[in-house]
Amino acid sequence: MFIINCPYCGERDQTEFSSGGEAHIVRPKQPTELSDDEWAEFLFMRKNIKGIQFERWNHSHGCRKWFNVVRDTSNDKIHAVYKMGEKPPANK
Amino acid sequence: MSQELRINNNKFIDQTTRLSFKFNGEKLYGYKGDTLASALLANNIHLVGRSFKYHRPRGIMTCGSEEPNAIVQIGNDPSLTDPNVRATEIELYEGLEAFSQNCWPNVKFDIGGINNFLSPLLPAGFYYKTFMWPASFWEKYEFFIRHSAGLGKSPSKPDPDIYDHKYYHCDVLVVGGGISGIMAAKLSAENNNETLLLDDKNTLGGATIYQNNDCFQIDGTHTNYWLEKEINKIKNIKNLTIKTRTSLAAYHGYNYLLAKENLTDHLSPDERKGKIRQRLWKIRAKKVIIATGSIERPLIFNNNDRPGIMLSSAIKKFIDFYGVKAGKEISLFTNNDSAYETAISLKKSGVNIVSIIDIRDKSSSKIVKEVEKHKIKIYWKHTIVNTEGYRRISFIEIMKLSDDGSGVIGKKIKLKTDCLGISGGWTPMVHLFTQSGGKLKFRSDDNVFLPDKNKTPSDQISIGSCNGDFDIKDIILNSNKAVKTFLGIENSSFDNLKVESSKEEMKRNIWLLPSDKPIGKTKPFLDFQNDSTAKDVKLALREGFKSIEHVKRYTTTGMGTDQGKLSNMHALGIIAETTGTNMGELGTTTFRPPYTPLTFGAIVGRNVGEFFDHTRKTAMHNWHVQNKAKFENVGQWKRAWYYPKNGETMFEAVQRESKAARESVGILDASTLGKIDIQGTDASEFLNRVYTNAWSKLAIGKCRYGLMLNEDGMVYDDGVTTRLGENHYIMTTTTGGAANVLTKLEDYLQTEWPELDVYLTTVTDHFSTISICGPNSKKILSKVIPDLDLSDEKFPHMSFKNSIIDGIKCRVMRISFTGEHSYEINIQSNFAKHVWELCMDAGKNYNITPYGTETMHLLRAEKGFIITGQDTDGTMTPSDLQMDWIIGKKKFDFIGKRSLYRSDTIRDDRKQLVGLLTDDPKEILEEGAQIVEKLNQKPVEMLGHVTSSYFSPNLNKSIALAVMKSGKKLKGKKFFVPMENKNINVTVTDTVFFDKENKRLNA
Amino acid sequence: MKNKYSIFSLIKNAFSGHENWQRAWRDPEPKKEYDAIIVGGGGHGLATAYYLAKKHKMTNIAVVEKGWIGGGNTGRNTTIIRSNYLWDASAGLYDHALKIWESLSQELNYNVMFSQRGVMNLAHNLQDVRDLKRRTHANRLNGIDAVWLNTDEVKKFCPIINTSPDIRYPVLGGTLQKRAGTARHDAVAWGYARGADQLGVDIIQNCEVKGIKRDGDQVIGIDTSKGYIKSKKIGVVAAGHSSVIANMAGLKLPLESKPLQALVSEPVKPIIDTVVMSNAVHAYVSQSDKGELVIGAGTDSYVSYTQKGSHNIVEETLRAILELYPIFSRMKMLRQWGGIVDICPDASPIISKTQVKGLYFNCGWGTGGFKATPGSGDLFAHTIANDEPHKLNAAFNINRFVSGDLVDEHGAAAVAH
Repeated sequence: MFIINCPYCGERDQTEFSSGGEAHIVRPKQPTELSDDEWAEFLFMRKNIKGIQFERWNHSHGCRKWFNVVRDTSNDKIHAVYKMGEKPPANK
Repeated sequence: MSQELRINNNKFIDQTTRLSFKFNGEKLYGYKGDTLASALLANNIHLVGRSFKYHRPRGIMTCGSEEPNAIVQIGNDPSLTDPNVRATEIELYEGLEAFSQNCWPNVKFDIGGINNFLSPLLPAGFYYKTFMWPASFWEKYEFFIRHSAGLGKSPSKPDPDIYDHKYYHCDVLVVGGGISGIMAAKLSAENNNETLLLDDKNTLGGATIYQNNDCFQIDGTHTNYWLEKEINKIKNIKNLTIKTRTSLAAYHGYNYLLAKENLTDHLSPDERKGKIRQRLWKIRAKKVIIATGSIERPLIFNNNDRPGIMLSSAIKKFIDFYGVKAGKEISLFTNNDSAYETAISLKKSGVNIVSIIDIRDKSSSKIVKEVEKHKIKIYWKHTIVNTEGYRRISFIEIMKLSDDGSGVIGKKIKLKTDCLGISGGWTPMVHLFTQSGGKLKFRSDDNVFLPDKNKTPSDQISIGSCNGDFDIKDIILNSNKAVKTFLGIENSSFDNLKVESSKEEMKRNIWLLPSDKPIGKTKPFLDFQNDSTAKDVKLALREGFKSIEHVKRYTTTGMGTDQGKLSNMHALGIIAETTGTNMGELGTTTFRPPYTPLTFGAIVGRNVGEFFDHTRKTAMHNWHVQNKAKFENVGQWKRAWYYPKNGETMFEAVQRESKAARESVGILDASTLGKIDIQGTDASEFLNRVYTNAWSKLAIGKCRYGLMLNEDGMVYDDGVTTRLGENHYIMTTTTGGAANVLTKLEDYLQTEWPELDVYLTTVTDHFSTISICGPNSKKILSKVIPDLDLSDEKFPHMSFKNSIIDGIKCRVMRISFTGEHSYEINIQSNFAKHVWELCMDAGKNYNITPYGTETMHLLRAEKGFIITGQDTDGTMTPSDLQMDWIIGKKKFDFIGKRSLYRSDTIRDDRKQLVGLLTDDPKEILEEGAQIVEKLNQKPVEMLGHVTSSYFSPNLNKSIALAVMKSGKKLKGKKFFVPMENKNINVTVTDTVFFDKENKRLNA
Repeated sequence: MKNKYSIFSLIKNAFSGHENWQRAWRDPEPKKEYDAIIVGGGGHGLATAYYLAKKHKMTNIAVVEKGWIGGGNTGRNTTIIRSNYLWDASAGLYDHALKIWESLSQELNYNVMFSQRGVMNLAHNLQDVRDLKRRTHANRLNGIDAVWLNTDEVKKFCPIINTSPDIRYPVLGGTLQKRAGTARHDAVAWGYARGADQLGVDIIQNCEVKGIKRDGDQVIGIDTSKGYIKSKKIGVVAAGHSSVIANMAGLKLPLESKPLQALVSEPVKPIIDTVVMSNAVHAYVSQSDKGELVIGAGTDSYVSYTQKGSHNIVEETLRAILELYPIFSRMKMLRQWGGIVDICPDASPIISKTQVKGLYFNCGWGTGGFKATPGSGDLFAHTIANDEPHKLNAAFNINRFVSGDLVDEHGAAAVAH
C-alpha cells in the first residue's frame, strides 16, 4: 500500500490511483506506415521490468490527471514523479 | 468446584466479581480479570482439546496468542458461535460457554484417538504415498479425511454483529505496551509527537507488570512497581492515544498498518447489545516503533505434549498475574535462567516444586543462587526422556545428558509431577518487521533472528526483547537510547535509571533432546496443533526436502492457527543440525500477515448488505418503483427492466410494451447512458481521432452515431454525439462503459495529444434523459413543449434543439434507438421526475406506455441495432458488425485504425453479425446458443452463437441476431442450433427485421 | 519403480520407523551440457521435463530453479482445476489437462489429491447469464461436461450461498462442471519432480539463471549462479519472471507481471464441498482437505515483483465473500500471501517457439495456470522435442499478437481463475 505524490495534489494513498503501465511508449504518428510487427510492438510488447520502471499513473479518484512515476518494481519504492511532457529524471 | 488453586491478594483479578461459565456443559466459576484459560486452570482443568492429526489429549500450554492447543468453540448460537478461539486470549464473562473441538463424543473419550495408535502409519506426508488405489476412490477417502480434519465449526447463520473501520494518521505508532513500549510512547508523546500506543491485552505492562522479584529492580523498587507508576503517568499525556485490546494484524509498505480493536468479546451477551464488535484501524504512521516482545520457546523431547506441560513463563503469568496455580506438584525443565524466575514466583505462592531439570552443567547467576536458597532440587545436565499420563501429565523420567548432548547416560529417575514448565529460551517476535519487508540477521549466541537495522524498508525501529534484549538492564538502556536517536530527542527521563538484574551467564541449547529410546520410538512434538514431530522433519530431510519451506509444507510444521510461533525455531534448528547448515544461512520461512487471525467481518467493516456496493438510481427511480417496475442491475445502476401489470409475466409485459411503443407511444428512462461534455477549439478534431467516422463537417445542431474502437481494432463503445455549438459537443456512451470511456479519452488527451484544446466533463448525473418513441411521440412533445416547431423541416431526424419545458431549460434530440419517430429530452436531474410526469400526463389519451430495458432491447433488435457488450465481446471489428460504412476510410488515423489491417483482421471468414430466423416462428432461440452446419460431427465445428433473441410482437415471430463465421456470405443458408434435447432449424437473414426502409423514423 | 509408494510400503516402512525411505529426488550438481534445459522448477516446468523424458525419451535434461521447486505460483495458487473455457482452442488445451489430471496420481505414483468436487461459476446480471450460457453451450458441443443451473439448483448444489433476490447482485444462475475441482498444489510439483528424477532428469535447485547465450539466431546455453551450462534447447517456464528471462535473450514479451493475492481462513469442519467462483462480484472459495477456506483475491493493476499486493484487494474480495456467504463473517483470516502473475493482453497463455532458435517460452498463464499444469507440460514438451507445436497449442503461439488472431478469454472471465 504505497503512497504516491501526485504532482498536482500531493501525497495520497495508492488506492486513489490507477496504473497505466509502462511510460514513454509513444503512439506512432503514422500507424499506417508500420508493419504488423512494428504495430504489435507498440500495441502489446512490454519491457515488464523488474527494477526501476518508468510508468504512467492516473489520479483516478482525485484530479484525474495522468502523470509519470519512477518506481522500483522489485520493492515498490517510488523514486520520482513528474508530469506528462516533462523530462524523465536523469537516471533513465 | 472449589478454587483451591487460587491465591488471594492478587490485584489483577477482581475476586469480588464472580463469573459463571460453562465448559463442555459443566458449570464453573471464575473471576473478573480471568481468561478462559486461567479460569479453567483454577478449576484444575488442563485437558481442553484434541490435536489435529492423532487426536491426542492436549492442554493449555501458553498464556497468549501463541497458544497451539487450548482452542475452543465459543457459544452454540448458529449465528454467533466462534470457532478456534484461544482460551488463553478470551476474557471470561458471565455466561461464557465454551466447547472442546475436534473430538467425538467428548474431549475425555475421543474416538479419533485411535489415530494415535495408527500413528506409525501416519508419518509426515503419508497421504501423498497412499489412497491412490483404486483410482476412483480418492473422493471417498477424502470424505473421511476432511471430516476428521478441521478444528471448530463455522457459524451456519449470518452474523448479526457490526464491524467498523477507522482511518488514523499519527506521527509515531508504538506497537506493544510492555516496558519498552511504555517508555517509547512516553518519550514520543512528551516530545510533541502525535502518538498511538497499541496493546493486544486488556492491561498495559507486558510481562514486567507482574515481575515482582528482588533480583530485578529499578531505582530501588521492584520493576512492577516502577512500571505501574510510569503507566499512571502516561495516561494523562496529551498527544498520546492508548488502545488496549487492540492487536496489530499487518504491517504493509509505507508504514501502512492494520490493527484490530476488540470491543465486545469480553462482555456478557447482554452488555454487547447495540455495540460494535470489532474495529479495524487503518493506520498511516510517519514512524513506527515495534515493541512486541518475545515468546518463550518450548523444549523438544519425547512426549512433550501432554496436558499439564506448559511454558514456564505461562506458569509464572498464571500465578503472578491471574493468581492461579497451574499444578500442585510442579516441575520445571529448562536450558536457561528464566525458569528460575518461575520457581521463585511459585515458591512465594507456596506451590511445591518437585525439581528443576536443567540441561546446562551449572549456573551461578544471581537468580539461580536465589532459587538454591529455597532448597529446590536442581538436576544439572539432565534431560527428560519421557513423560507419562494420558489426560494429564503424571510422571517425568529424567536421565543425565552426555557431554556432547547427543545421548543420555546413567540411571533413569522417575518423578511424580502434575505440571511441567518448560523453557527453551526466547524468540523475538519479528513478524511485523518482516511483514513490512525487513530482513533478519541471525545471532548465534542464543540462536535468535533479529531485525537487521541496515535492511529496514521504512521509517521504523524495533526495541526491547523483539530486538533481542532479554535482560531488563539492556532493555531499558537500549530502548531509551534507540528511541532518543530515532525521534531526535536530547534528554530523556530514563537517562539515569539505576537498574539491577540477574545476568544470565551460561547458555546451552539442544534443539532435539535425546531419549533413551531410539528416535523412531519417541514422540517429540514440534508443532503441537498439527502434530508434527522432530521425526517428521528428519523424514522430510531424508526424502530430499531441504528448503525450510519444503519441510514446512511437507510436515505442516508451522501451518496451524498459531502459524508456527512456537514451532518454527526448533524446526529450523533441527534442519540446520541435521543438514550441517548454518541457521543464519538457512533463513526463516516467510511470516505472512495477519499476526493473529483476523475476522472477515473486521476486514470488511460496514461494507456489507446494502453497502456492499454503491447503488446508482435515476431521478425517476421512485416513479418506477411506484409503478411496480422490475429492475435490472447494469453496472452499479438500477434500471427499470419491465413494468408488469395485473400479474403479467415478463414475457407478457414486454410484448405489451413493445407493441404500444410501435403502435402509439412509449416512454423510457434513458438517464443511465453516459454523457460527456466536450468543449474546446479542437473538439471536432478530437472526435475525429476517437471515433471511426468523420466529425468535422457535422453541422451545429446535428447528431451523429459514432463507434469507438480499442487500439486493437475491436469495437469498444458506441453512442450518439451532438454538436451543440462550434466548439461544444455532448457525447453519449453505453451505461456500463461511461466511466471507462471517460478515462480512456482523458488518457489520450493528456498523454498522446496534449496539443489539443479540449476539455472533458462527465455530466451523466447532471442530466436525465427521457426517451419518447412511437408514432404519437410528436403529439406528446407538442403538448409538453407547445412552442417548439416539430416539423421534419425545422426539426429533422438526427438534430437537436434547445428548449424550455414548464420553465425548465432542456435539450431535445430527435434520435431513435427503436426505429420509431422519437425524441430524447435531456433535462437537469432535479426536475426530471416532474417532466417525466408531465409527459405521462400528456400521453394519457395515447396510451403512453413506460417501457424498460428489455423492451428497448427487443425494439432495437427488430431494427438490427447492436448493443455493445451483448452483440460484441471485444473480438468484433466494425466490419464484422457489417458496419463498414462507419469507417472513415479517408481519415488519416483514429484509435484502432491500424489494427483493422492486420492479417487476421482482414480475413473475410471472421465471425460476422447476421440475422437468424427459426423455421418455427414460435421457437425463440436461447441467447448464447451455438450454431452448426452439420449435426453429429466430431469434433463439432461451431460457426458462431446467438447474441440477441426475442419474440417480436410486431412481426409476430421470433427474431435473433448472431455472429457467424463468414456470416456476410451466408444469407438464406440453413443451419442448426443444437440444444441439449433438440436441434433447432434456422435460416440466416439480414440483420434488419422491421421497417427495412426506415419509413417510420419520419412517420 | 524404485521406492514405490503404496499402503504396503507405508506399513513396511513403519516397522523400521520410516528410517528407510529414499530420497524423492536427487540433488545433483549441473553437468556441463544437456540436450535440453528447462528454466523454472514450478509445476509446469517439472511436468515439461517429465514428459520430455517419458514421452520423447530426452533424458539428458535438467530443470534449473532459482529457489526451491514449487515455490512460485505452484505453491501459491488456490488450486482450482476446470476446463469449461469458451473458445475451442482454450477448451482443447484445458480439457487435455483435465484428462491427464484424472489419472495423474496413478501415473506419478504420487497422490496429488485431485478432487472432482465440481466447480460452479455464478451469474449475477443478465449479461453474465448470456455469457455463461454461451460458454455452457460451447462446452457441451466440445464434449466438456458443463451444465446450466438455475438459482434453485445453485442453492441445492451449494446450500450456504445466499441466493436471496434481495442482495445487491443476486445470483441469477450458474454453470457447473462436475469433473472440475481442486488438487494439492505442492504434491503436483513434488510428484512430477520425483517422476522426472526417476527418469534421469537433473533437478537443480538454488540455481538462478543470469544470462542466455546465443550464437546468432541459435541459443547455446545459460549462465547460472552455478556456472555456465550448455544446451541447444532451452524451455523457459518462469511465470512472473518470464519477461526478466526474455530480456536476457534480447526478447520482449506481451506480458505484464502483477501481484495476485490469496488467503485462507482458520480450519473448520466441512462446510462447503465444491468450488464456487463468481466473476461479477469477484469471490472464489473452496475448502481445503485440512478445513481452511481457500479464497482467491484479485490482481492489482500495476507491475510488481514484490509478491505483495495491496490490502484493499483483499478487503474487496472478502466483501464479496460476505455478500454471498454472510455466515463466514466470524471466520478468521489465518494467512494471506501474494504471487506474481504474468498476464497476456488476451488472458490466454503462450506456449511457443520464439524468433531465437532453440528458445521456447511457456508463459502468460495469468491467474489460472495451475489447472493446466499437466497439459501445459505435455504440450510444451512436444513443442520442444519436435521444434513445432502440437495442434492443441498451435493457437497459443507468440505470433498471434502480430496477426491479431488472439484467443480472447476476457469476455468469458474477467479473471480466469
